[in-house]
Amino acid sequence: MPVITLTIDDELVSARAGQSILEACREHGIKIPTLCNLDGLSARGGCRLCLVEVAGNPRLLPACTTEALENMVVTTHNEKIDRYRRMILELTFAERNHTCAVCVSNQHCELQTLAAELGMDHVRYDYLNPELGLDTSHARYGVDHNRCVLCLRCVRVCDEVEGAHTWDVKGRGIESRVITDLNRPWGDSESCTECGKCVEVCPTGALFDKGSAVAEMKKEASFLRRILDGREKNEWRR
Amino acid sequence: MNPTSLLKQAEEEQQRQQQLNLRVFLCYSTPCIAAGAEQVKTALESLIKEKQLNTELEIVATGCMGPCSRGPLLRIKPAEGEEQTYEKVTPEQAREILLHSIEQRPVETEALPADLPFFARQTRIVLSNNGEIDPEKIEHCIARGAYSALAHVLHEMSPEEVCNEIKNSGLRGRGGGGYPAGVKWNLVRKSPADRKYVVANGDEGDPGAYMDRTIMESDPHRVLEGMAIAGYAVGAEQGYIYVRGEYPLAAARLVKAIKAAERRGLLGSRVLGSNFNFRIDLRVGAGAFVCGEETALMTSIMGRRGQPVPRPPYPAQSGLWGYPTLINNVESFANVAPIMEKGADWFASFGTDKSKGTKVFALCGEVVNSGLIEVPMGISLRDIVFEIGGGLPDGGKFKAAQTGGPSGGCIPAEFLDTPVDYESLKELGSIMGSGGLIVMNETSCMPDVAKFFMEFCLDESCGKCVSCRVGTVEMYELLKRITDGSAMLTDLEILEELCELVQETSLCGLGMTAPNPVLNTLKYYRDEYLAHIENKSCPAGVCQLDQIPLMKLPEHAAERAVFKEER
Amino acid sequence: MTAQAMPSVPAEQSQQLRFQLIDKSLKKFQYQQDALIEVLHAAQETFGHLDEEILDYVSRQLKLPPSWVYGVATFYNFFTLDPQGEHICVVCMGTACYVKGAGEIVTKLEREFSVKDGDTTEDGQLTLMTARCLGNCSLAPMLTLDGEVLGKESAESTIAAIHTKATLTAAAKEKNA
Repeated sequence: MPVITLTIDDELVSARAGQSILEACREHGIKIPTLCNLDGLSARGGCRLCLVEVAGNPRLLPACTTEALENMVVTTHNEKIDRYRRMILELTFAERNHTCAVCVSNQHCELQTLAAELGMDHVRYDYLNPELGLDTSHARYGVDHNRCVLCLRCVRVCDEVEGAHTWDVKGRGIESRVITDLNRPWGDSESCTECGKCVEVCPTGALFDKGSAVAEMKKEASFLRRILDGREKNEWRR
Repeated sequence: MNPTSLLKQAEEEQQRQQQLNLRVFLCYSTPCIAAGAEQVKTALESLIKEKQLNTELEIVATGCMGPCSRGPLLRIKPAEGEEQTYEKVTPEQAREILLHSIEQRPVETEALPADLPFFARQTRIVLSNNGEIDPEKIEHCIARGAYSALAHVLHEMSPEEVCNEIKNSGLRGRGGGGYPAGVKWNLVRKSPADRKYVVANGDEGDPGAYMDRTIMESDPHRVLEGMAIAGYAVGAEQGYIYVRGEYPLAAARLVKAIKAAERRGLLGSRVLGSNFNFRIDLRVGAGAFVCGEETALMTSIMGRRGQPVPRPPYPAQSGLWGYPTLINNVESFANVAPIMEKGADWFASFGTDKSKGTKVFALCGEVVNSGLIEVPMGISLRDIVFEIGGGLPDGGKFKAAQTGGPSGGCIPAEFLDTPVDYESLKELGSIMGSGGLIVMNETSCMPDVAKFFMEFCLDESCGKCVSCRVGTVEMYELLKRITDGSAMLTDLEILEELCELVQETSLCGLGMTAPNPVLNTLKYYRDEYLAHIENKSCPAGVCQLDQIPLMKLPEHAAERAVFKEER
Repeated sequence: MTAQAMPSVPAEQSQQLRFQLIDKSLKKFQYQQDALIEVLHAAQETFGHLDEEILDYVSRQLKLPPSWVYGVATFYNFFTLDPQGEHICVVCMGTACYVKGAGEIVTKLEREFSVKDGDTTEDGQLTLMTARCLGNCSLAPMLTLDGEVLGKESAESTIAAIHTKATLTAAAKEKNA
């Protein structure tokens, strides 16, 4: 595969043609905050946290959906980008009811970790406090819309990896919600295979194992890369 | 049909029309129908039946004539003598006008002066057939030269020549962006692929804009011809017109027009006897403003949630089903046939250095003559509002002209002499947009207008990216505070910073431009915002400022700090 | 519309006929999944709204995941999952109508008929909706009542028009009975 060279944060790095800026950064240990992105799933470009500056481009570009090109000059951190990332996190926190102290994912939450890492310590915008429910109709899992950040990892993993497409989104804009089947209780879903991948990839406490108490829900998404490599690179030969 | 038979049919129809003593044109577009055009038509038809006049004259139910606020409009065109236009016609007046015109007696109803600035100041290229044809009769269109440009292109020009002609004409995208059409056409033409598509964007979502609706309703064949020429130029055999769901009449007329054109071999296989095949299918939107954005529109054509996808890749490289796709606005396509017919130089003789040709505007709001107008680029705003529009009614004072819908801004009175073109409007912090132009008087409150557009954007946000999904709601909340009296000066700072964020970090055009109405009104009417916040007063008298500021975090935090120190 | 055209057909049979109308649209688009929006348009036109049974039917016929179909149906304003009222009043809230007082019309209609924007009255008589510009700006403020365009309206004239409509329908019903 042809190799290209580009500059990221004043350093020359190499990447494979076709890789995204984010992938190139990760391979070289350059950290870019992400929320909707997950290794193994299609890139979405929705959370806007991985925005980077590309010289010659007037707009900030999402590192996850932008292809790394020869001679590109990329800046992943500066005062403006960091400030924007904090503001985007503020918006994300203001959108739903993220009450860490009573959340099953407290201390194991990607959103919480990002806030700590990026130094977002208060929200200046109005909390929208939407009235959202909890669906615990499923025998093993629950969904708490109060914690959902609409990263749609659950939708993508269910469609792209499990192939069930149980999840999708209803409504639009601020009214968007993840749904199962025809917006029926998860427990009644005909298509759900109960595989639990959606729960493991969810970055917050929105999807959880039933019976978890505060701070008990730990998730591990790295299984995804492993099973995908096994499948796509044919590593698991019989 | 081949070019010769097309010409023959045009001549036959022209002869038939010339043999009539009288042609009666009745504007039969939605505003005129709402004003009573249907009753006028019935009255005229019964008169014709009564007096058995059907051999001497015909009634043509035309598309929009323009001055919609003066409807129903009736135009009489005798075989000899001057044509006359009458406004606000009642069925009784219509009878009188027709009867007296036939008997060559003086008509009592007063006609509109022939030199009315509303008509005299316009230059009609796109709208040249409006009011002259029955859009449901393809013969009428052919008699006025429809499809002759397509015939010429297919038999005399190479695709490359067509693209270059468009490039030389200087035509820019009429949907608002103003991207040079010729450049786009060439990009798609050069994209290697075994399949390509042409898409006409008729998802005219800007509130206060109805240019595309009128073009599709009043002269559908002009759009189809433009698309077919584009198809030949870029190498596409399939086209789609995406029409807004709110426009059922436009959709119905397009379906009819496509069928009529296919039946005559003007679309379909071996168009006009050439080797070129081109099919056009209609797609009806289902009510989502974001689908005006080109990538969202394409996902919607493919039957999905109309959410945009990041560019690049651009549609010219990878569009519908991953194939190169040429996507232009309906009005852009409507300019194509005249350019091919009369040449790039002719087209480029209209307009300014960088913005060529004409632009159709929907002029409405607080203006005497509201309606649809087509003016050369570079005309001053003053001429549009005060000459063509006839100024503001009831002695109202001009406060602002809103262009570009929720992506644009308000242009204050001091810039009335600015030429209307892509660059000048952008400099003023607004945009040309698709062509809605709303005149506002002193009773419009600018923070309230900004709030109105923000509510629109939050409602129409697709929800894919955080900046737009949550940002528009938070901006709206802040504007609501400003207009209800509960805002403090810090809120204004937060609002401005948030505007900048949403502008710079949103995924698609909707989010990127959503803060424009706020930033633009803050630029020109900051005093009004300050009056709301500091004096709790609305200069325009629109807002009820009966709320008080909430306890704010900074003060709260400061209080706590003091408390700590004391301990 | 279809229901009115076939008054004597029993309910079950007419339901079947309606599904046949969806089938017609499905066939027209050769069961292509990309035609989902067209099929939903046809379904909504036939049934007046899209309930779970219809969405499930469409998702099975087009072989699309149910959540996908539901997602598309709720993304677009045109599709409604709840039954509509006998009369539908859509007030245009475009810029031109807004600056000419459309907001006031909506507020007064909401008060007069005790119904919220987007909802149907309890007796199922009236559905009140707002639209983002219906493209008849020269008639501002304008609205449509059962599809008919009414221009240069005031709150009072609209209320009167709705009452007239309701009275006419009631009278027609009585006559039929």
